[in-house]
Parts: sequence; C-alpha cells; structure tokens
Amino acid sequence: MDRTLADVADASDGRLLEIAEVTGSGAASRRLREIGFCTGAPVRFIRRAPLGDPAMYELRGALLSLRRSEARRIRVHRAGA
Amino acid sequence: MTTLVRLRPTAPARRPGRIAILGAPNSGKTTLFNALTGHRAKAGNYPGVTVDRREGDLQRRFGADDVRLIDLPGVYSLQPQSEDETVAVRVLEGGFGEPAPDGVVVVVDATTIERGLPLLAEAAALGLPVCVALTMIDELKARRGEIDPAELQQELGVPVVGVVGNRGLGIDDLGALVSAPWDWAGSSSLSRGAEAKAPEDRFAWGRSVLAACRRQAPEPNRWTRRLDRFLLHPVIGSAVFLTFVAFFFQAIFTWATPAMDFLSGLMDGLADQILAALPDTAVTRLLADGVIRGVGAVIVFLPQIVLLFTVILFLEACGYMARAAFVVDRVMGWVGLEGRCFIALLSSYACAVPGIMATRTIPSPRDRLTTILVAPFATCSARLPVYLLLIAAFIPADPVLGPFTWQGLTLMGLYFLGTGVALLSAAVFKRGLLRGASLPFYLELPPYRLPRPSDIALGVWDRAKLFLRRAGTIILAVSVVLWFLLNLPRRPADPELSVAENQRLVLEGSYAASAGRLLEPVFAPMDFDWRINVGLVASQAAREVMVATLAQIYAQEGQDEEGLGVLLSGSGEGGSAPLLSRASALALLVYFAFAMQCMSTLAVIRRETGGWRWPAFTFVYMNGLAWLSAWLTFVLASAAGA
Ligand SMILES: Nc1nc2c(ncn2[C@@H]2O[C@H](COP(=O)(O)OP(=O)(O)OP(=O)(O)O)[C@@H](O)[C@H]2O)c(=O)[nH]1
Ligand SMILES: [Mg+2]
Repeated sequence: MDRTLADVADASDGRLLEIAEVTGSGAASRRLREIGFCTGAPVRFIRRAPLGDPAMYELRGALLSLRRSEARRIRVHRAGA
Repeated sequence: MTTLVRLRPTAPARRPGRIAILGAPNSGKTTLFNALTGHRAKAGNYPGVTVDRREGDLQRRFGADDVRLIDLPGVYSLQPQSEDETVAVRVLEGGFGEPAPDGVVVVVDATTIERGLPLLAEAAALGLPVCVALTMIDELKARRGEIDPAELQQELGVPVVGVVGNRGLGIDDLGALVSAPWDWAGSSSLSRGAEAKAPEDRFAWGRSVLAACRRQAPEPNRWTRRLDRFLLHPVIGSAVFLTFVAFFFQAIFTWATPAMDFLSGLMDGLADQILAALPDTAVTRLLADGVIRGVGAVIVFLPQIVLLFTVILFLEACGYMARAAFVVDRVMGWVGLEGRCFIALLSSYACAVPGIMATRTIPSPRDRLTTILVAPFATCSARLPVYLLLIAAFIPADPVLGPFTWQGLTLMGLYFLGTGVALLSAAVFKRGLLRGASLPFYLELPPYRLPRPSDIALGVWDRAKLFLRRAGTIILAVSVVLWFLLNLPRRPADPELSVAENQRLVLEGSYAASAGRLLEPVFAPMDFDWRINVGLVASQAAREVMVATLAQIYAQEGQDEEGLGVLLSGSGEGGSAPLLSRASALALLVYFAFAMQCMSTLAVIRRETGGWRWPAFTFVYMNGLAWLSAWLTFVLASAAGA
C-alpha cells in the first residue's frame, strides 16, 4: 500500500523508503524529479522543522527539505517491497 | 567545428577562450573560480550565493593567458524556473550579447556525485565541450567514500579532475585543463546521457556510469547529524540561537568600545593638531571640523562593523543560513512567502543591495517582488553607527541579566523590529496587491563546514575596506558640502562676542539652518529641531551621514570636548542643553529603522524590477511608515514619561 512522503514522516523515522511515483506533471513536479525525487530513488525521513513543517529528507546522499504540500506529491513504499 | 577551433591557438588575433563554470547550487563553483582567477567573489555554504554571472581571467601561472572564466549561479537543470537559473542558462546559450562559451566545466560535488551527473548529461547535450571538476574530495575521504577520477574519465571520455577548491588541491591540473577545451572529447557513454530526456533517465544514466567505476559511497555526515539534532531542536536550538545573538549585540557594546575609544582619540588628536598647526582659516576649519570630525565620527565605528561582518560571514560559511530558512519556513508560510525569501532577508542584514539580488533564487515572481519590497527593512550595516550613537547616548548601560545590559537588548530589539516589520509588510502585500499561490518550496541543506579563519578574515577585510571607502567618498563628499552649507552665508564677526558665540551665530543663520527650519512642520510632532532635520535630509545620501552631520554641528559650536553622545543627551558636565529628549531619540531610532534612505537600494530595485514604479512605491511607503511610527513612538514614549 503506497503512502505519500507527507504521511510517512514520524512513524518511519530513519527507515529507508523507495519512491513509487511523483504525481502531477507541471513545473513543480518536474523540479522535484530534477532534484532527485524520481521513481525508484531511495529516500529517508530525517526530521521535521521545529514548527512542524517543512521536513528534512535524505536523498542520494544529500539533505533536502520539502513542505508537506510538496511531499504529498511523492508516493513511496517500503524499500524492497 | 572541432578543426576550426583547433586552429585558434595559432591564429594571430585570437579571442580569449571563454569557459563557463556550471554546477548544482553549493557545489563549489565560486571557490574554484576564485582559485583559478585570483578573484574574491563571494562564496558561502548555502545554495544560491551566486546569483549573477561573473567573468575573470585565468591566472598566468597556469600557463595560458587568454582564458576567461565565467562563474555562474547554481542550477539543478537547464530548464530554469527562477531568475538566477535563467542567467546561467542564457550564458550557456550565448545570451547577454556574448557568444556561447567555448567550453563548460561541470562542477560535481564528489560527496553527492549521483546528484551531479544528470546536469553533466544535460550540459553535454548542448554540444559544447565539457569537462568535470569533482569538488569536496577531502570530505569524501573523511567520510570514507571513494571514487577514482581516472576511472570516471575513462568511462565518460572527458577530462575529470578531483579538486579541493578552498585548499588549492588539484587546481593546477584544472588550470591546465581549461586552457584547451578543444581537446575535450566525450565517449559514447556521455552521448547516451546527452540523449536522455526525462530526469529519471538522466539519473539512471548517472547510476550506470558510477556502476562502471569502483566507487564507495560516503558514510552519512555524523557531525552534521549531531549538530542538527542540537541546533534544530525546538527548545535547545532556539535557546542556543537567542543566546548567541544576544551575546553578539552585547559584544558590540562591551568589547568593541575600547577599540572605538582608541579611534575616537586618534581622530580628536588629529583634528586638534590640524587646528594648532595651521593658521585659523576657513580651509583649516573645513579640514578639522568638516573632514576629520565629520567623517571621523563615522570611521570610529569600524570595530563594530568588523565584528558584525565577522559574525555574518561566519554564519554564511558554516551552513546555518539554510537551516535558518528551514526553521522559519513555517512562519514564512503564514506570511505567504517561503524559506528562500528568508535567506534573501538575512542577506540584507549586511546590505540591502546583495539581499535584493539574492531574491533571484525565488521562483515565484510575486514572492520575489514582495521580498524585494520588504528587504530594505532589514537592519543593514549603514544603520549601525546611528543606532550605536543614539543608544549609547540615551539608553542606560544598566545590567539586566548576567552580562546583558539595556543597551545590548535595545540594539537586539531594533534588529528584531526590522525583521518583524519586514514580515508584517510582506504579509500585507501578499494578501493585497501581490496575492498569489507560492511555487513549490525545496531547499538543500548543506553539511556544516568549519569556515577557514583566513577566508573569514579576508572577507571581513574586504568589508572593512568597503566601509572605509564609503567614508572616504560619499560620506566625505556630503560632509564637505554640508560644511559649506553650515558656514554660509558669511557674516562679519562681532568683536564684542567670543569666537564660539560668533560661530554659533553663523551656524544659526546658515543655509543649512534655514533648510532645517523649513522642515520643522514635518518633524515638529516628534520634537526634532533643525539640526536633526538637516541630518535627516543629508542621510538620504547615506545613513551614516546623520552621525557625521551631528559631529560637525557640535564641533562648530565649539563643543567637541566631550563625546558626541554626551552632548546629544545633555548629560555632560558642561550642562549644555540636550539636543533630543529620550522620547525624541526613540522616535529617531524608529525612524531610521523604517525609512528608505539609500539610493543604491532604490537603484537596484529599479534594475531588478525593470522600472521606476516599484522603487518609487518603496520610497513612499517606507518613509510614510517611518514618519508614522516615529510619531507614534514619540507619543507613547512621552506618555510613559521617557
Ligand atoms: N571541504 C571543501 N569545501 C569546499 C570545497 N569547495 C567549496 N567548498 C565550500 O563549499 C561551500 C560552497 O562553495 P561555493 O564556491 O560558494 O559554491 P557555489 O557552487 O559557488 O555555490 P552557489 O553560488 O550557491 O551555487 C563553501 O562553504 C566552500 O568553502 C572543497 O573542495 N572542499
Ligand atoms: Mg557561487
């Protein structure tokens, strides 16, 4: 069962996830794919900002932060699932 | 095409080769550009430091003297979504009235090499010769990662050099390489990458390239993880930050004072010597009162400026800037903006001009314009001398808690006031005339890096020079003009009166005094007298001129024995009347916090927004707000008995 990156956060602290799909086709989605959020890429939730949003993720060796609204575009599942 | 290029080195009037430096944000491009050209372009540890193209000649010691390097803003792809990315892409395509570059150095951060290769594929697709500079090799090794540049070169077909830009390692190789872009040829693997269309395909290609090399991915950056756990903690993080900031503002008062007193003594001594050594003519007094005391009153703040920039440059270099944006992004969301706008706002604390330039990284045009309109509220370094003078004169140095005094806290309060008003105004604009949804927010958080003291020292040195140059040019010029306006028209000296009394009569009847009195209706509600009004008009050229003006007026009145602050508040032993009540002084502080008094800022707003409409708007609304708030402050402070 796929969830989005916005839901997984706290529950799966530190667990490796795999991106299933980036939904949408506009400039925003394209940019997310260009910075590395593309299908098949492993991603890990690291922490939330002190005020609860945005959150920090580890992606291909870098730390990236996304707001909940963007994270919602990214569907993920457990790595290897 | 290739053969044509090959002929160039032997052609008699050859054009210098132009090599562009392309790469992801924060990959180390500017550091390489500086190492190759000997420039000192601004580098910093957060994405989006460079927002404009910059050219420089390759240093001769690399063996070629006809190579021009072009540093570019960082990009994630060649489909630009913000102004800085557009600049980079236009340079590659041959925009700005220049031909396309002769070659492109693609800078790839070796610790996140997988994220850098897609851009190489895109650059190769442009058809320009490319080569690769692998930066951060030191960090890769420290985190027990490995990659062999020779193997990567074998796989890609184009030259690959491993470098550590800020320590000069590998720079000689890169310098030799960029002299001959016509020798860079790609392999079939690279052309496969160039053919990839979707981002996914380019990433997949990058992985296939890496799979063909023996490579050890680096371990997670432990230090960054640990520091983040601490600095991004809701309670501990805020406490650490606030303590740090409070210490800094206190330091400006306590630690910088001895150095400042020393400089003051120097200036006074110089002025006295000039007066004693030269005959008492108008020229002598212009030199002593107008130049030395006027400009000197600004120069004495050099220690505080140095301290301010040391802290700003440290924060920019260590990796905290992007974290600050991460922490306050939620607040920025309430305002209607995003984290990157906060980075531009923070940059404006040095000076609004680079801060406004930094808005180029903001993809949404409305968010960008909003940030431009509010950035001048950030407390730029030109406000510092005025704040320090007024606070030292009117706010008691009584301790509040531990090492912190009311003076330090007031200064901190003024800085927070600037930020608060910037955010409030932004919220108003975003709900009114610049309404519109934000574009997606993503921000890369770099690892923490320990800045090299020599880098910080050089940066601070550059800023100190800039401050002195400002004092020696615009502030000097305004001070001299003002001296004339304060001394003309001439009137015959009355032998019955003392020299000082005669001087005062000249001053009271001067053109400047008339102009200041003309403005009295405007500023009378705050109880500013004509001297302050003259200062306010003159500081329209540069905020620091306020300090220079007051110093001149007092020098001319013959009251230059005690400090300027003592005179202002009338707390001296001479028992002279204060120029300002405390309520008026607070009003003046607030006026300076909000007023738009900087021509360079207006000019850069005009350039970035393409017309006079927005600079005119900024000028009117900021000064209107400044007047209103100053008046309100005066009324409230008077009511409170200040
Ligand atoms: N350890 C290490 N740090 C480096 C190296 N090269 C650059 N840095 C640091 O990395 C940070 C970013 O460097 P910049 O040269 O500003 O990067 P940039 O690519 O120009 O960044 P933007 O202009 O923001 O796109 C700075 O803090 C540099 O000191 C390197 O080879 N090793
Ligand atoms: Mg740069």
